[in-house]
Amino acid sequence: MDLYEYQGKQLFATQGIPVPAGEVAVTPEEARAAAERIGGKVVVKAQVQVGGRGKAGGIKVAENPDEAEAHARAILGMDIKGHVVHQVWIEAASDIEREYYASITFDRGEKKPLVMLSAAGGIDIEEVAATRPEELARLHVDPLTGFQAHHGRWLAYHANIDAVAIRDVVSVLERLYAGFISLDAMLMEINPLILTTDGRVIALDAKVTIDGNSVGRHPEMASFQESGAEDPQERMARERGVTYVKLDGDVGILGNGAGLVMSTLDVVALAGGRPANFLDAGGGSKADDVVTALEVLLSDDKVKSLLVNIFGGITRCDEVAEGLLTALERLGATLPIVVRLDGTNEEEGRKIIADRAPSNVVVEKTMLSAARRAVELAKEAA
Amino acid sequence: MSILVDASTRLVVQGITGREGAFHATRNKAYGTNVVAGVTPGKAGQDVDGIPVFNTVRDAVEATDANTAMVFVPPRFAADAIYEAIESGVDLITCITEGIPAHDMLRVYTHLRRGPQTLVGPNCPGVISPGIATVGIMPTQVFTPGRVGLVSRSGTLTYQISKELSDMGIGQSTVVGIGGDPVVGSSFIDILARFDADPDTDLVVMVGEIGGAEEEKAADFIAENMTTPVVAYIAGFQAPPGKQMGHAGAIITGSSGTAQAKKDALEAQGVRVGTNPTEVAELVRERLG
Repeated sequence: MDLYEYQGKQLFATQGIPVPAGEVAVTPEEARAAAERIGGKVVVKAQVQVGGRGKAGGIKVAENPDEAEAHARAILGMDIKGHVVHQVWIEAASDIEREYYASITFDRGEKKPLVMLSAAGGIDIEEVAATRPEELARLHVDPLTGFQAHHGRWLAYHANIDAVAIRDVVSVLERLYAGFISLDAMLMEINPLILTTDGRVIALDAKVTIDGNSVGRHPEMASFQESGAEDPQERMARERGVTYVKLDGDVGILGNGAGLVMSTLDVVALAGGRPANFLDAGGGSKADDVVTALEVLLSDDKVKSLLVNIFGGITRCDEVAEGLLTALERLGATLPIVVRLDGTNEEEGRKIIADRAPSNVVVEKTMLSAARRAVELAKEAA
Repeated sequence: MSILVDASTRLVVQGITGREGAFHATRNKAYGTNVVAGVTPGKAGQDVDGIPVFNTVRDAVEATDANTAMVFVPPRFAADAIYEAIESGVDLITCITEGIPAHDMLRVYTHLRRGPQTLVGPNCPGVISPGIATVGIMPTQVFTPGRVGLVSRSGTLTYQISKELSDMGIGQSTVVGIGGDPVVGSSFIDILARFDADPDTDLVVMVGEIGGAEEEKAADFIAENMTTPVVAYIAGFQAPPGKQMGHAGAIITGSSGTAQAKKDALEAQGVRVGTNPTEVAELVRERLG
């Protein structure tokens, strides 16, 4: 789960990491009120989960509340690389002396947290890593013993952090690591971590990703899942507990198991078609799950044909077939549907379709032939 | 012969009185696996289909000499269950549970790798040595005994490709689902090494998917260390970056973890990569001659 900058900064504050005073605003009037409360010069920042918002005009400095309101009016509703801005973050402007970079990532390759620190912050860190790797200090931490003060010192010295800032930067790293563990983060990044002209170290940005599997033990994050940028079908799927990713093709896909569904998308593409989505109805799919899945799929009006690809393990093909019939009856869908059922109770499932399904439903015996058929039908319907 | 699971397997099922635990313990037993015990705290003295239930894994191991554990407990208790299995002294632990927090698994993994025991999973379908024994949730009817090993990150894709092999008359020595999470106890390399050392495995099918770099590492391992031939399949060519495709581990981050990069890495080391499950089975048949 990716968080917005303001959510990350709120979490940083709970961890004792210094952040500028700030408030969220969803209207220009709220932005003005926030700027009045904060006082002085403020920065109006678009809240979108995509890089390059500064260049796109999504970050503006305001000298006074009037300007804050005007900037918020311009930024709210702006489309930044496909992400519409629904919220702005208003925060006290900082006087920047130096810009550093600090992050902790969950390094799945090494199976350890990776802490990185650089004195070359404020710019794209991947470019620093590629062109000046010696300026990016990197350290893996043993997950069982955790981050120690000596790790912080090693990083600060090897990243050439200014002497005056070392103590505070190390403190930020310690708190960042503590938060990384206690909040079950997959990524915590501060770019830039600044040294102000009056010698303070402050996190000026926050990029935080939380492990989706851990959300159950962090009830405080439930509200963070509300996301304005989310696609309507994806939101509907999430609310109903279906794993769904929207793509831009016209062959709708329903399968069970992540690997098989990914494979189905690939086979559709190899057959010359374009998949409309990834949809995993899950292991042990019951009739109700199939109904829910179809409702999500058919709410996308770009879908011209549907491919149902089921390999029964825990999932029983007869239950999937029953679910399909129930869904078609309830939704009255008339688009062509190709069904391939294999595995547990496959004969029963195929018989249910053959005996009782409407004429827009056809059965194919293999995954390959089913994919080819669904692609043909989508082309005919287009 | 086979790897990991065979006639000497003595299985203890953690979470045996739960719905899934009871169902699959019974099915594993019916297939021929020697299921010697179950564990559910507070339910010692009961039995599930004749399998005695104990309060703790250690009690179960002391009473029955179990050497393999299978974990079916819910995600928030799963790390504790794996630690309990490790301390009971069993050789192999298979964790079926899906949705374990990644940081829990990071700690479990680090602890586990400092000792001699093996963990398969979590979020995996288990291990089957067809005709001998099964530990997990795989639909046993699609597998046939034979001499091809298979290792996969995905459950249903494992069944699909195993069925394609069986339909061509190609049986399997052992099929291992290593799981779809970012941190799993056994990697492709761990399982490939076991297959390479197994005299009764003539060829290995490796089924990968987007996310991480384990397939790339496996490609180098195959070239440098293996004598047994490998045929591969990778799922997720159509997956867009930044979107999690079902499995917690199946996500393309930045430019790394793409299906194409994995295919290229494997082919660069001389491993044939099938473009769909049927073609994988055809490549296996061709290679076996």
